[in-house]
Amino acid sequence: MNTPLIEFKDVTKNFGDRTVLERINLEIYEGEVTTIIGLSGAGKSVLLKLIIGLLKPDEGTILFRGKPVSKMKKKEINAALAQMSYMFQGNALFDSLTVYENIALPLLETTNLKKSEIDRRVMARIEQTELADAVKKFPSELSGGMQKRAALARALITDPKIVLFDEPTTGQDPVRKNAILSMIAQYHRKFGFTAILVSHEIPDVYFISNRVLALYERTIVFQGTPEELEDFDHPFKDEVIHSLEVLQKELTGLYSKRQFKVLNHAQLRRRTFGETYSIVVFTLEDISSIITHLGHDAVQEAIRRMGLYIDKHFGAIGGFSTRRNSNEIVTVLPYSDITEAEIILKDFAKDFQGLEINDIRTGVRRRVAMAGPVEFTILAGIAQGQPIAEIDSVIASAKSHQKEIWMATMCRRGVSI
Amino acid sequence: MAPEANSRNLSQGEAKRRLGILLSRPFSAIGKEVISWISILGSATVFLFLALFKVFRSKQLSKIVQQLYYIGARSTTIIMLVSVFTGMVLSLQSYYALVKFGAQGAVGTLVSLSLIRELGPVLTAIMITARAGSAITAEIGIQRISEQIDALHTMRIDPLRHLISPRVTAAIISFPILTTIFDLIGIIGGYISGVMLLGLNSGVYFHSIQANVELKDITDGLIKATVFAVIVATVCCYQGYFAHMRRDSHGAKAVGLATTSAVVISCVLILVSDYIVTSLLI
Repeated sequence: MNTPLIEFKDVTKNFGDRTVLERINLEIYEGEVTTIIGLSGAGKSVLLKLIIGLLKPDEGTILFRGKPVSKMKKKEINAALAQMSYMFQGNALFDSLTVYENIALPLLETTNLKKSEIDRRVMARIEQTELADAVKKFPSELSGGMQKRAALARALITDPKIVLFDEPTTGQDPVRKNAILSMIAQYHRKFGFTAILVSHEIPDVYFISNRVLALYERTIVFQGTPEELEDFDHPFKDEVIHSLEVLQKELTGLYSKRQFKVLNHAQLRRRTFGETYSIVVFTLEDISSIITHLGHDAVQEAIRRMGLYIDKHFGAIGGFSTRRNSNEIVTVLPYSDITEAEIILKDFAKDFQGLEINDIRTGVRRRVAMAGPVEFTILAGIAQGQPIAEIDSVIASAKSHQKEIWMATMCRRGVSI
Repeated sequence: MAPEANSRNLSQGEAKRRLGILLSRPFSAIGKEVISWISILGSATVFLFLALFKVFRSKQLSKIVQQLYYIGARSTTIIMLVSVFTGMVLSLQSYYALVKFGAQGAVGTLVSLSLIRELGPVLTAIMITARAGSAITAEIGIQRISEQIDALHTMRIDPLRHLISPRVTAAIISFPILTTIFDLIGIIGGYISGVMLLGLNSGVYFHSIQANVELKDITDGLIKATVFAVIVATVCCYQGYFAHMRRDSHGAKAVGLATTSAVVISCVLILVSDYIVTSLLI
């Protein structure tokens, strides 16, 4: 395997008599999104501060590209730090500077760029983070969400190669939380930086993470892919992941992938040969176009609304759903055949048409000046399976039968359905 | 009997040991405090020299001008107000003291020398400490506890260069200028009280000033102002910068206590250093 970008070897950090991190061993690889999960006060922020050099370890070694930081020259350390950027949990915006000045500060102070070039870069970030209305405002005049986005814009202004996000979604509503995670994923793809993320947003954070590190009782108890975490057997899962998943279900009506797998296994195991079940796959089409025109919030709002309405219609007859990827929701109807599923789907589409787009429109109108009409299209496909069949093949079959069940065009002045 | 004797000896030994601890406790506390103060003095000195060294880095001029406005220009009104009444009361008191000896012609000399040598630098420094010094500590302290200083580190912006250096430089420039303004306005205050209200001859008032005030008096006053500037700027910036390391409190309370400490320590050090500088210059 490649040399890790950052590696901890038996790192211990104490504050007075209290040991916060004990013999931590971890690897973070270049170009990946690595998420650190753990309970509040577990030392996740301390871990990030050790990486960026704000704190020094009491014991152990931190290696950067295979070289111990303690043996690096000051010039080398500065060169390494120059590649990093940090988004603080509390934002750490300069309260005496405007949003524009906050974002421009790193460029003004650490580069010799011309004012026009700084202005161009700052305005581009401001547009991307939907802060155009807040350019001249001070941080205290912004909502928590806007402050978060201003901090995100500042963290990305120098085009860093490594970005550390300390709970970037704290204090955000469910739509904004997913919008920020989606933005991080999009920027990660676009700019190719290495992201190290501290987050509680389970399971949403799994969609954007290549690797997950689990911090539990002062040490790293797991490092691997989100899929590997599904099979990880440790008290950490009961105490941390399960509790967060329950909260997620309450907020969105959707189960985590792991919960979905367990439910599916339990439900279908009870069925006898010959009995059937149905699967419905919902897809929000062309999300990149929606993001471009309306921002991440609109996509997340639409997905969230879909989740709640799917739960309302299909949950009543024993159905359970999960978000399979950024624009797809899968629903299992363990007791319904394809005919019954089609009837419920029709009811769902009718109900959704009447209400949801207005909410999405209201949310979007508040924040974005639309350049032109934007189409929202939801596809749905149904397939019938038997308990012995692999669920993935039934999902694939449902996807292949997808057809448009709802389409709305959002125009500058209104909506046509 | 032997165990009893042993136990008596033991208890006597224990009592002596406890008495020893009790007697040594105040000395131990004083020693600990002295060591702590020496350590703070050392780190504050390093802090000052690093800040001064970083004045000469690029992009500092605009920040220094900004701080000159906050520390200097915005303190002018309060300095003028204090100085005019200081001059007036000096003139009033000295007139009634000197008139008993028929020496009221020396009012101008007394007012001007008192202001230029002592009251100008000291009162200016104390007024700036109260107005700008406390604000510096509070501002830097809040930046510290809200992780804004950590954010500067992560952006590779040196906080000493960005925050401290311009403030120390602006203080060193502002203090002598404001002291000069204090002296001039104070002399005018003395004129208002002595000449306009008490009827002294204006020619006598100004002649006595011209005849008795020497260039050394003025330079000594300005040297004191510069020393006070270094003390006030260092103490106020240091207290704010390390507000998060206070042992007696955390968060907003730490910033409040740091601000109080900055003002109190600055005022005490102004008076102590005033005596030391005066004894060296006289």
